[in-house]
Amino acid sequence: MNDRQRNESTVTVRRGRFLLLTAVAAVAGAVVTGLLVNIFEHKQEAKDPFFRVVEITDETQDPAVWGKNFPVQFDSYLRTVDQVRTRFGGSEAVPRTPTAADPRSVVAQSRIEEDPRLKTIWNGYAFAVDFREERGHAYMLDDQTFTERQQVVKQPGTCMHCHGSVYLPYKKLGGGDLIKGFELMNQMPYTEARKLISHPVACIDCHDPATMQLRITRPGFLEGIRALKASEGVPDYDPNQSATRQEMRSYVCGQCHVEYYFKGPEKRLVYPWANGIKVEQIQAYYDELGYKDWTHKTSGAPALKAQHPEFEMWSQGIHARSGVACADCHMPYERVGAQKVSDHHVRSPLLNINKACQTCHRWPEEELRARVETIQERTQLLRNQAMDALVALISDLEKAVASGRGDEELALARKLQRQAQFRLDFVEAENSTGFHAPGEAARILAESINLSREGQLAVRDSGYAPDFVNVMAR
Amino acid sequence: MNRGVIGAGLLCGLAAGVGLYTFAYARGASYMTDDPRACANCHVMEEQYSGWSRSSHRSVAVCNDCHTPPGFLPKYATKALNGFNHSLAFTTGRFPDPIHITQRNRRVTQSSCSKCHAAIVEAIDASSAHTGGERLDCLACHRDVGHLH
Repeated sequence: MNDRQRNESTVTVRRGRFLLLTAVAAVAGAVVTGLLVNIFEHKQEAKDPFFRVVEITDETQDPAVWGKNFPVQFDSYLRTVDQVRTRFGGSEAVPRTPTAADPRSVVAQSRIEEDPRLKTIWNGYAFAVDFREERGHAYMLDDQTFTERQQVVKQPGTCMHCHGSVYLPYKKLGGGDLIKGFELMNQMPYTEARKLISHPVACIDCHDPATMQLRITRPGFLEGIRALKASEGVPDYDPNQSATRQEMRSYVCGQCHVEYYFKGPEKRLVYPWANGIKVEQIQAYYDELGYKDWTHKTSGAPALKAQHPEFEMWSQGIHARSGVACADCHMPYERVGAQKVSDHHVRSPLLNINKACQTCHRWPEEELRARVETIQERTQLLRNQAMDALVALISDLEKAVASGRGDEELALARKLQRQAQFRLDFVEAENSTGFHAPGEAARILAESINLSREGQLAVRDSGYAPDFVNVMAR
Repeated sequence: MNRGVIGAGLLCGLAAGVGLYTFAYARGASYMTDDPRACANCHVMEEQYSGWSRSSHRSVAVCNDCHTPPGFLPKYATKALNGFNHSLAFTTGRFPDPIHITQRNRRVTQSSCSKCHAAIVEAIDASSAHTGGERLDCLACHRDVGHLH
């Protein structure tokens, strides 16, 4: 190699190094600038991100208007349209051909087709005609408007209390008086009342528009909790005055997720809690009143149908006892930017184990799911035995009726059916398959099995005196 | 000096300048200290920070007392490793929330108890070793002494 060639190769090496250095510096500069912008964005997130773009008053019903000020909450609220199954609950999207009477193209799976024993135990009642798995909040209005139950019974306007955003319609109907509007709508036919309702449950039903604090707007709960607290020695209880913030995070859900009945010809919605909130206290309340939902078509028993007593069941469980509210698991806090927001996509905690459970329970997701499903499997086993026992009693009663035995002779067996059936339904209609209060659910189902078998003995032996009947233990 | 070298020098200087500014803007120096506020610089650990400020240990131990091992090198190696992992997680947004402690960091925290409670920890370890049992896990029962969540 001569000098000229050596010089040229040195220049080439230098040029190569120079280009490499430039490229590395440029890439480093770009990466660091990207990081800088990312840090800047995160710092902006940490600033108060609330912008009031519209004014919300006690007259603002449309959740989309509230959503302009609270876009994060509104986005998650809209997601209650999701249909997702869990092992024992949740809804599946079942396609159907829309008809003039029912324009729904998607519904949830039919529970009475899944388990035909339900048709036997509800025989003569509208639930034996159509009963589907509950879907998310977004469907509450449509699913009630279009259920086939509407075609077999004339429902009162009372139903709107929990199937729509009813706060403003009640106030308008009552000339500003919520309770008066409630009483007037209860007495309207369903189809008339339905015309006054335009949204499923909305922001205004749980939030004070001025402060966004939780509030109770449902007369049924205001009166029910007042009766319950009175039974505990607290007179004139008003949750809007006296409840803590944490209590309100369950009470707003308890406005609707409860057992109820329609009282008298005025069809007033009443939560049967005047004796207390446990199953035997509610049973005793109905017995004292001589109330029945319907007469069982096969057995002639004065039957009761429990409806989604989630609030009652939860109140007997360890989570309630530890001060854990409905919203802690069903609307857990989530981080959006630097903001802590309640997830308004209300759903099964099993679909969101990290946020719903792991805030308190430091175990892997699979371990937590297994614990929940163990409780639910055991409840389901007992529930199936209780249902078999009840179906056996109904069948015994059917034969006794067919053989011409009189009402007086069958009164005890029918009473036992009524009590066994209410207990079974109390767990069956409750949407946690025992999880809200595992021990309580097992106790109720065990008592249900006992009552059904006692009923069978009472059919066989007219002199039979049962060891166990419902008593209002306190 | 030829123009190429000046250009490369300028570019390196620019990259270094942006890097330095980013370091200062992100309060990089605060991570070299023991100040617990630094751990909540990015808002992810706000809950742990506010939990600690109400905990039984707030006046006797800061984050680094329990979450870094003793000794200058192990301490800063742990801080560097966690710092990198946390920055990566926060920048990409890929992390479980509520956050979970890693196995390594849990071991560090567990062994930190003996920094102050040596006498009782040794007595317990001695008795479980004597009975052939496993070493007891302080955090299984005392999970909330530092902060609730």
